[in-house]
Amino acid sequence: MPSLKEFRNRIASVKSTQKITKAMQMVAAAKLKRAQTAAAAAGPYAERMATVIANLTNNVRGDSAPLLLRGTGKDEVRLLVVATSERGLCGGFNTQIVRLVREHIAQLQAAGKTVKILCVGRKGRDQLKRLHGDKIIDFVDLSGYKTLDASAAALIGDKVRALFDQGSFDVCTLFYSKFRSVISQTPTAQQLIPATPPDGARAPDLKGAIYSYEPSEAAILEGLLPRYVDGQIFRALLENAAGEQGARMSAMDNATRNAGDMIKKLSLRYNRQRQANITKELIEIISGAEAL
Amino acid sequence: MADKLHFSLVSPERELYAGDVDHVVVPGSEGEFGVLANHAPFMTTIRPGPLRILNDGGERRIFVNGGFADVTPAGLTVLAEDAVDLEDLDAAKLDQDLKNCREDVGDAKDEAQKRDAEARLRRLEAIRAAMR
Repeated sequence: MPSLKEFRNRIASVKSTQKITKAMQMVAAAKLKRAQTAAAAAGPYAERMATVIANLTNNVRGDSAPLLLRGTGKDEVRLLVVATSERGLCGGFNTQIVRLVREHIAQLQAAGKTVKILCVGRKGRDQLKRLHGDKIIDFVDLSGYKTLDASAAALIGDKVRALFDQGSFDVCTLFYSKFRSVISQTPTAQQLIPATPPDGARAPDLKGAIYSYEPSEAAILEGLLPRYVDGQIFRALLENAAGEQGARMSAMDNATRNAGDMIKKLSLRYNRQRQANITKELIEIISGAEAL
Repeated sequence: MADKLHFSLVSPERELYAGDVDHVVVPGSEGEFGVLANHAPFMTTIRPGPLRILNDGGERRIFVNGGFADVTPAGLTVLAEDAVDLEDLDAAKLDQDLKNCREDVGDAKDEAQKRDAEARLRRLEAIRAAMR
């Protein structure tokens, strides 16, 4: 049985841990709010972009379509862009994404495809390095960005497009976590290249008029597609940021609660021990008095 | 009252402007063009420059750094890569930023840094030109 002093020390240390996790939970809650606002603010752009792309891709088809839309016509080399967080202590958030990536890699390898990985975020790279370190071709560190902006997405987009132009992959898939709610984020795989026009986006009703394009339809599409890809990456990053904070919030909430339970149990044992000691001392005194 | 044009200006980060206006002048890549209500469907790319919103006799200028304009019967949508409201800017501060940026270009240690600084400089110069 540990001594009373040891109990007191244990309780003090669990209490300070609880204070830390509580603070982290509150910080995550505040950051989550900001991340959600940012994600909501980016909504209109993505929506409009989807409409424009749907409208354009209806008209430009076949061989005249830009390579980003058409693809290379092969499906041999796959590039997986894995977006995870930069910091840990957010529950199963990164593990979930990495697990999905691993499943995909196993499937692709079984089908005889070559897999390459581009990591975004430190945590995903650390987890993938163990088994698939040889496949990681590049790594993007986002810890320098205080707030995520479109330039972060453009940085990743440029890298992906440069690789595509070199012909080093055929199909690119982006992995990230969709933000559903604070307690639930779904890891998602989304094809980036060849670009897929969004589902559900309708071309606008022109009321019989004919669209005119300046300079030309193909030229506009050529310029628009990279931005569409960037937009998708940006959206994924924002969802990831919100998901990370949500996951951290619930993880830290759990930790705080666990610490509370532990303190309760420890104080019970501490009090019991203290009373046992008092009883023991009393018995010693009484039996000593009786002996006289 | 004349018809109003529904105009929205969005950048990847947020929606900068949404509402009904009289007239919008957009810096298109093939030349500046004005859009009034009931314009024919039209799509074009944009070059960096000032976008002017004319409404009820007032004028608001927003700097857009490239992007796309899409005119449909529903209205005009500008998808800007980057947009700054010129009213929020202070000429003196901008000049200071410009000066710093020029120094950055000179001080750049490697190619990547230099490219980055030059891109920033081009953007600031375009904004400065739009202010005059």
